[in-house]
Amino acid sequence: MKPQSCVNINKEWDIVGARQLGRDIAKKMGFGTVDQARIATAISELARNIYLYAEEGQICFEVIDNLPQRGMRMIAVDTGPGIKDIGQVMQDGFSTSGGLGAGLPGVKRLMDEFDLQSEASKGTRINAVKWLR
Amino acid sequence: MRIPILKLHNYLLISIQTEIDDNTAIQFQEDLLDKIHKSGSSGVVIDLTSVEIIDSFIAKVLGDVVTMSDLMGAKVVLTGIQPAVAMTLIDLGIHLKNVPTALDLEQGLIKLHQELGV
Repeated sequence: MKPQSCVNINKEWDIVGARQLGRDIAKKMGFGTVDQARIATAISELARNIYLYAEEGQICFEVIDNLPQRGMRMIAVDTGPGIKDIGQVMQDGFSTSGGLGAGLPGVKRLMDEFDLQSEASKGTRINAVKWLR
Repeated sequence: MRIPILKLHNYLLISIQTEIDDNTAIQFQEDLLDKIHKSGSSGVVIDLTSVEIIDSFIAKVLGDVVTMSDLMGAKVVLTGIQPAVAMTLIDLGIHLKNVPTALDLEQGLIKLHQELGV
């Protein structure tokens, strides 16, 4: 009951590819327009982080079908430099790349569940879920 | 991929119809400033009716292009931001506070007229 599809992220255009695939899956599952936008935006942020900081990685999508709860899980994995201070990156406005610093705290607000694991010089794994309402 | 920029009298009109990747967004920023410079336009409307997603990067590029154009002396109005996009931007924590907006292209042009005192 867990069909999974993954997208490799190693070039800029993969960010668009990942969010398009994620939006398609969300649409097929019956998510409304606003949640589709939330999911696509969260994927875009996660994919960009992989591309900017780790250079390559993968985002996988999983349909969760544990009746009565249905949802969509996205797992972003990379083997990049890792995050030294997780507390810091989860603060609004913190950025090392000159961005808006809205990325990770934003993703957490867009999703219903959010879990971040990271080890210096080993990589980062983010697991986020949006439940179908 | 390049986003077309149309000139109408003293204004520039842009309707973003495609999925925007980072390079297209940066290219658009350059193209727009260049076009403002060459045409001497005093007002710009960027219509986002067909845009289904604005993430933090695209939001930064749009916010920056408004400020950059302002520095050059041209006013930019963003129009047609979809309800889902507005909700997502606020969830992300992006408020685009100093960016003039209007409901649609028509309202955007009215806003430009007012701001420029034409």
